[in-house]
Amino acid sequence: MPDLIWLVPGFPLLGFLVLVFGGRRMPRRAAGAVACAAAGLALVYALGALAFLLRQPADARRVTVALAPWIRAGNLDVSWGFLLDPLSAVMILVVTGVGFLIHVYSVGYMGDDRDYPRFFAYLNLFMACMLMLVLADNYLVMFLGWEGVGLCSYLLIGFWYEKQSASDAGKKAFIVNRVGDAGFLLALFLIFHTFGSLDFDSVFGQAVTRLDPGGLVAVLIALGLFVGATGKSAQLPLYVWLPDAMEGPTPVSALIHAATMVTAGVYMVARSSALFDMAPGVLLLVAVVGALTAVFAATIACVQNDIKRVVAYSTISQLGYMFLGCGVGAYASAVFHLGTHAFFKALLFLGAGSVIHALGGEQDIRKMGQLRKKLPITRATFLLASLANAGIVPLAGFWSKDEILAAAFGGHHYLLWALGSAGALLTAFYMFRLYYTVFEGKDHVDRHAAHHVHESPPVMAYPLIALAVGACGVGIIFGFPPDHGLYHRFVAPAFGGAAVHEIGTGTTVGLALVATIIALAGIALARAWYRTGAHPAPSRVAERYRGLYTTLVNKYWVDEAYDAAVVEPIRRGSVRLWKAFDEAIVDGMVNRVGDWVQGWAAGLGRFQTGSVPTYVLSFLVGAVAVLGYFLLAR
Amino acid sequence: MAVGLPAYLVLAAILFVIGVAGVVTRRNILIIFMSVELMMNAVNLTFVAFSSFLRALDGQVFVFFILVVAAAEVVVGLAIIYAIFRHRETVDVTDMNLMKG
Repeated sequence: MPDLIWLVPGFPLLGFLVLVFGGRRMPRRAAGAVACAAAGLALVYALGALAFLLRQPADARRVTVALAPWIRAGNLDVSWGFLLDPLSAVMILVVTGVGFLIHVYSVGYMGDDRDYPRFFAYLNLFMACMLMLVLADNYLVMFLGWEGVGLCSYLLIGFWYEKQSASDAGKKAFIVNRVGDAGFLLALFLIFHTFGSLDFDSVFGQAVTRLDPGGLVAVLIALGLFVGATGKSAQLPLYVWLPDAMEGPTPVSALIHAATMVTAGVYMVARSSALFDMAPGVLLLVAVVGALTAVFAATIACVQNDIKRVVAYSTISQLGYMFLGCGVGAYASAVFHLGTHAFFKALLFLGAGSVIHALGGEQDIRKMGQLRKKLPITRATFLLASLANAGIVPLAGFWSKDEILAAAFGGHHYLLWALGSAGALLTAFYMFRLYYTVFEGKDHVDRHAAHHVHESPPVMAYPLIALAVGACGVGIIFGFPPDHGLYHRFVAPAFGGAAVHEIGTGTTVGLALVATIIALAGIALARAWYRTGAHPAPSRVAERYRGLYTTLVNKYWVDEAYDAAVVEPIRRGSVRLWKAFDEAIVDGMVNRVGDWVQGWAAGLGRFQTGSVPTYVLSFLVGAVAVLGYFLLAR
Repeated sequence: MAVGLPAYLVLAAILFVIGVAGVVTRRNILIIFMSVELMMNAVNLTFVAFSSFLRALDGQVFVFFILVVAAAEVVVGLAIIYAIFRHRETVDVTDMNLMKG
């Protein structure tokens, strides 16, 4: 069974190939079926892999499968290798599970789209790359998957490429990612230089012996890896692409920018825990960046009016929590949050998609309201997802987020705990601001669109329900009791049993109580302000703190700052290089050669007078010259 | 022999030079042709003069060759001139400058 682990990314890859070459020639529904089948088969195999692992004794749950050699050059020996252990098993289940549901949902959501087969081809390719990323047993195969998902992100964000904003957003995502990838690559070079190999087994096994704890090499490696994670997982300062990525179709936002691709950074950091443990300073940086991002993004989410933007900033914020978890050493909890988040965030996006679909494309929440009667299933699942996101017990988000905050507190990172809790307050607030404005409040729906409002068809509704079940149950089933539930016991061996600061049960319950109170406070405030849609407070507060409000609405002007500091100078430099070098020098050289030849042609062409007497004269002169030579010179 | 060889050669030379001057100078293509004929006759005269004074028949044989070639050349040349005249209505050589450039 484990030998066939390559089928997990293999099925979606096959689906991609089939759809790329034959997608247009098959009936529409067939293309969707092929893609869903590929995703479904991957899910089945992933479950099989899990079953296989569970049958092994707890300390022997680690299988490496090397398929074929890839690069053999000098000291570099890299194979197409796959690693199946509890961590990768959890990841493939999340990716294939949520991925399959989103494939099914997309059959409905993208049903009328002209480029239906292309969409599913890209979606399958994405699954294949993401699965390869998480199943890799060495950094190079992981990097291949890493780049692959970046590519698919570009392709899918810019899916409606004829729309200028969409294609710009795709480019922005790819380029910002690339900046992070530069850091990742530098780290890879350093890893190879230090360890002579890129295989996880070699590198992690020798981490303790070959790296000085806190030494320069360890710090640089960890830093480079984290920079890569920052780009891929949208943390400060490389998060700017994710809100723009909402230009892509909503299933894309759900799959790539909520559940899977953006979590690749978290997975990579968790997988590299052995390296990060050697650079405690960088780990602290990871935690700080995570906490700051969590709060930063949450503040922006509080004032956004596009339904997808709110959820996008929420994603950035929750990813911050995952990095906070890694940074305080709670890698397993971070990955747990990754899993629970995948369910409720994907559900939020798909729910948003359901609303957008029902309103014929409207995304501005100021033009929504009172949708709960017409969209009951969407409303119910969205509510559950919001509660989960806000961290209300016993839903999924509570268990995972609380573990992270408890770990921060237990590790004496009280400031980080406070930041995380502040973020939780904001999370509860903005999520319910969103919920109440869309589903309750005042009905601002455009009169014309209001006639067509209808609940989503079953093919879209069933995935919503399935995800809702996950968002409710996954937390408590696998996460209770905290740090010692089914999930933790399964996953712990993959982290070498790294010590997480143990905190007493009393403290745990106390912290959980505080967190719940904070979340309920946030919900209560949002309820008071937005439930009726007629409360004066929101606009009055916005008026009173106009400066702060404008700053938040303009997202702290980060995009503008980047434009001025980075994009414009590069653009101007490029134009200058273009004019001064490409046009003047390169084109100049080529043109000058041409002109030179033309000069000769014109000059020599003067002999071609077309005048017969001139030609006769030249005969004469020539004859005389030859004759003269023979008579006189010889 | 009252008139020596040099006299014939000088005459031939003068005729040749007149012919060359005609070819180079004149504008009417038919006059140019006639000048070419004149040049060829000058050469014939040279050959015959040498044949006579060297008492060898080779010169005269060569003259026959030249005469044949001249005749053929005239035929072809006049055909070309006629073709040109049909299109251009001119026999002025300075008007035949399509090869310019």
